[in-house]
Amino acid sequence: MNETASGIILAIVALDKEQVSGGAPIFFARDKVEQERTANYLARIFDAMAHDLENGSYILVRH
Amino acid sequence: MLNYIPDYLIVILSGVLTGTLARVVLLRIDYRQYPGYPHGFLAHFLLGLIASALGAVAVPAILKPDFAAVTFLALAAQQFREIRNMERRTLESLERTELVKRGLDYIEGIARTFEARNYLVMGASFATSLAVQFGGMITGVLVAVLALLACHHFMSGEIVGDICEVVPATISFKGPVLMVDEIGIMNVGLQSMREKILQDGLAVKIKPKDGNARATIHDIGQRNAMAFTAAVILGSKKDIDIPEYTPLARKNPDTGEVGLYILPVEKDPAQLIAAVKLTPVLESARSKPLKAGPSIRAAKEKVNNQ
Repeated sequence: MNETASGIILAIVALDKEQVSGGAPIFFARDKVEQERTANYLARIFDAMAHDLENGSYILVRH
Repeated sequence: MLNYIPDYLIVILSGVLTGTLARVVLLRIDYRQYPGYPHGFLAHFLLGLIASALGAVAVPAILKPDFAAVTFLALAAQQFREIRNMERRTLESLERTELVKRGLDYIEGIARTFEARNYLVMGASFATSLAVQFGGMITGVLVAVLALLACHHFMSGEIVGDICEVVPATISFKGPVLMVDEIGIMNVGLQSMREKILQDGLAVKIKPKDGNARATIHDIGQRNAMAFTAAVILGSKKDIDIPEYTPLARKNPDTGEVGLYILPVEKDPAQLIAAVKLTPVLESARSKPLKAGPSIRAAKEKVNNQ
């Protein structure tokens, strides 16, 4: 079992470059389909959950 | 001196027998897979035997009168405190690899129960030996049956079904937020997950019958226990890399009602309702604010008078 701290943003998958910046790794996607796919892959890799902020960004957080 | 031994032997044996029987009655292997581990069963059976022997030996020790022996018995009884630690340790170490967690409250409750049951066994065997010593065999049998019934009665605590109504609820999405009726559960980002949850998910709403019940299901440990029981009985599709399928129970802050969501292996709403109803009310969660009436009134008056 993964014992990393929970509640930390592991990655951000964004459509809009204006919306995001900061400490977590940011992956930019060209469209919704690519964003969904990238977020899904990252979520499975990190054992994390993708949350939709409804502003064109997904954040990946482990709980 | 030799004539004494058969008398005491019967007294002690009857106590031991009743106590051990009581332990077996209390030690049923149940749906929680607990204590479904065969070695755990053996360990508890033997500890029950020792506990009942302690209870039974107390009678001749007092009659003899050998008070030093009685003191030693009290000392030996202390050892049974270790049982609680033993159970807690076992369950806590298993918890780490459990996908749907029991929760610390539940573990503590189970551990405490195991300790208490040994004292029950001790009491049953003591009462039986006492009855055999002073009332003869027939009284002994009568007391033994009564003690077993009492043990059985003490074993079954309150369940969630006693204090709450459990009704089926619908799963929907408000934007990315998973809703069980009007209660928001979590933010699910991925479209594919949302579709899967809508298709295979199940939900119930737990409505407290009164203020006491509301305070009880307000407890996170209690909600965790309900989710755990549901996952044990219906199975859960959760895996390490799919946290979206974790069964969750969240409350409506205004009404105190709790919505429980699960992605079961077997999609059977009736079974889910039964599972939630069957969940024991945890000792640590049980609270009775409504019974605080007179004392809180006195305190309130005191505050008002100041």
